[in-house]
Amino acid sequence: MAKEIQNQNKPVMAPPASAYFIAENKEVIVQHTLSVLVDNESGVLARVIGLFSGRGYNIESLTVSETEHERHLSRITIISKGTPKVLEQIKRQLERMVPVHRVVDLTMVAHSKGYEKPLERELALVKVAGTGNDRVEALRLAEAFGATVTDATTGHFIFEITGRQQKVEQFISILTPLGLVEVCRTGIAAMNRGVEGM
Amino acid sequence: MTKTSKTETGSREMTGAEMVVQALIDNGVTDLFGYPGGAVLPIYDELHQQEQVRHILVRHEQGAGHAAEGYARSTGKPGVVLVTSGPGATNTVTPLQDALMDSIPLVCITGQVPTPLIGSDAFQECDTVGITRPCTKHNWLVSDVNDLAAILHEAFHVATHGRPGPVVIDVPKDVQFATGMYHPPSAFDQAHYQPKLSGDLEKIKEAVALMASAKKPVIYSGGGVVNSGDDATRLLRELVKLTNFPITSTLMGLGCYPASGDNWLGMLGMHGTYEANMTMHGCDVMICIGARFDDRITGRLDAFAPDAKIIHIDVDASSINKVVHADVPIIGDVEHVLEDMVRLWRAHSEQPSEADMKAWWAQIDKWRARKSLSYKPSQDVIMPQLAIERLNAMTKGHDTYITTEVGQHQMWAAQYFDFEEPNHWMTSGGLGTMGYGLPAAMGVQIAHPDSLVVCVAGDASVQMNIQEMSSAMQHGAPIKIMILNNEYMGMVRQWQQLLHGNRLSNSYTEAMPDFVKLAEAYGATGIRCTKPSELDAAIKEMIETPGPVIFDCCIVALANCFPMIPSGKAHNEMLLPDEATDEAVGSAIDEKGKALV
Repeated sequence: MAKEIQNQNKPVMAPPASAYFIAENKEVIVQHTLSVLVDNESGVLARVIGLFSGRGYNIESLTVSETEHERHLSRITIISKGTPKVLEQIKRQLERMVPVHRVVDLTMVAHSKGYEKPLERELALVKVAGTGNDRVEALRLAEAFGATVTDATTGHFIFEITGRQQKVEQFISILTPLGLVEVCRTGIAAMNRGVEGM
Repeated sequence: MTKTSKTETGSREMTGAEMVVQALIDNGVTDLFGYPGGAVLPIYDELHQQEQVRHILVRHEQGAGHAAEGYARSTGKPGVVLVTSGPGATNTVTPLQDALMDSIPLVCITGQVPTPLIGSDAFQECDTVGITRPCTKHNWLVSDVNDLAAILHEAFHVATHGRPGPVVIDVPKDVQFATGMYHPPSAFDQAHYQPKLSGDLEKIKEAVALMASAKKPVIYSGGGVVNSGDDATRLLRELVKLTNFPITSTLMGLGCYPASGDNWLGMLGMHGTYEANMTMHGCDVMICIGARFDDRITGRLDAFAPDAKIIHIDVDASSINKVVHADVPIIGDVEHVLEDMVRLWRAHSEQPSEADMKAWWAQIDKWRARKSLSYKPSQDVIMPQLAIERLNAMTKGHDTYITTEVGQHQMWAAQYFDFEEPNHWMTSGGLGTMGYGLPAAMGVQIAHPDSLVVCVAGDASVQMNIQEMSSAMQHGAPIKIMILNNEYMGMVRQWQQLLHGNRLSNSYTEAMPDFVKLAEAYGATGIRCTKPSELDAAIKEMIETPGPVIFDCCIVALANCFPMIPSGKAHNEMLLPDEATDEAVGSAIDEKGKALV
């Protein structure tokens, strides 16, 4: 065979190609909420985020804080989207990291308990500036949404709102034409209903 | 990690630099590969004042990493690397990623600028933990000398437990000078990182029942068997003997089942044998042992082993269901799982029917009869396949270790050399690192000074770390570099022929050095051979010459590596050498295959 291929100069094929096989993805994309218990050590968040960016996983929301001071453990809540296979991979990849203690797919647990989702809450600070009718309307809406006024002058309000993500989204979008200046959101905190811990 | 006791014997006050050396000794390290520089001088000063740890000076930090990989792969012990900050650390990135992909335990200690200077863009500063985070199993920046001993011991534990891999410990210079308490490894409890070794017994029972019901089984083993240790190899061979199942292996797993064994099908995958790939394609039960369904193994995924029920044994849970769905997933160490599997198989009442197995083997023998590794011999030029076959024949009777660079020569070595034992074959599988083989050979030779260590190389990749010839000379490592010299980047050229209209863009090696003179410049021996009739004598000379040898084995220029699964094709659509006419090669990949990245 070598002789046949040897010394042949004529082009045998024109366009480029590759040996990677890329299968079309026909699976449904779902959204899950993961709780990750990690050692609160230097670089641990970079490790977790780096895993997501490096392997092309999505992060819809990420919340992190030390939750057990004595053991220096932080709880990271991540909302991610992907096929069920990718979500399983995310869990497995997180689990094998050295500083990761536990990974719980809260959505899976919620499903097993007969709920659609785990309990999820978000806090937002929403600054609105304006006078006259807009100002009155903003305050009225805040009351209707159960938001509280945390700071105010005659020219502005800062509202604090807590609730499901959808409620926060709705509140912000309604306030937008009424002089919305800025918004800061915490991302989702989540846990499952019932007596058991994660 | 938690410390259990403070009054442990071996605990005493010392400097950070002393701790590094003491921790190496306490973790059983006898050799390390490194290169000094400003930020590791205190550690080098300590190394100079002791004789328990031998330091192998390399010529480039990448060489240190690959040498440590070769050392680790051939001994089962972790390979240890010591480099300075900044460029010293960044030069180890390639071997770290290489070790991560091939699951090689490496402990890499890097110097760092003094703690108060971190973040100031100091001379030879880089964010080592940031840069190496994705290419290590874990890494640490030590900011307090009193944490150093714990971190060093944990690093050895993490590198060698579960799925092995590389770790980095970044030690700032002020921490090396500072004094603190050192505690030996026994003072620490590593309970927080203990990957599960035993497989779920119910799953193993399920696997055994599935195997017993098989009509067309195949065992597909990988590098995980090597990593699991000698008992894993012994149990794998026992399982094959008990079941009489055919067995194939990935590139990384060669040697676990001996090439001379009756049930051996040869390597599978892109350049695997016809019988191995056809057996994989036609099987009804596949037992994957310590392998990870790499894209070079599976070929076209939606046509991969269409009728197979898959049993997948892996210590790393993230390997399971990553690429291919496992019907029976078993998370555990190969040795532990195989021990249970062999025991349960012996006790299992039903076994596959003899008639079914006979029919299956008859089919496999038909595939074997295609002789997919045959090639047209030549009287005028050395065929690469012949070169490896003769190397194989002439090294019988020696304790031979083979390393390779990356490319056609690597595949030819995998195809035509008969590996009989694990840990004797060192190659860069996952990352495909040109420049791996020469330093890896040196690392192997340091670990096995009396064995024959041959690096099968290509003329292009050997030049990527050729400077390590100087290290081999310095440390008396008599490595034999056999260059299959076709004056091309052969695999690149082959792909350009297959995929890019034979436009040989930059794949020709111009201004090739005279390898004989190059060997002599380093003080080594250079040999050249261009004729098949003189090949045996040249190989004999290479083996028998004391000290390092570069053997410039000039082979036919345009040979292609076959058999081959062309892109976008399944296991049963292989391109065989006798069918590989120009036209077949040209049309091997259809429009759909070309559309892939």
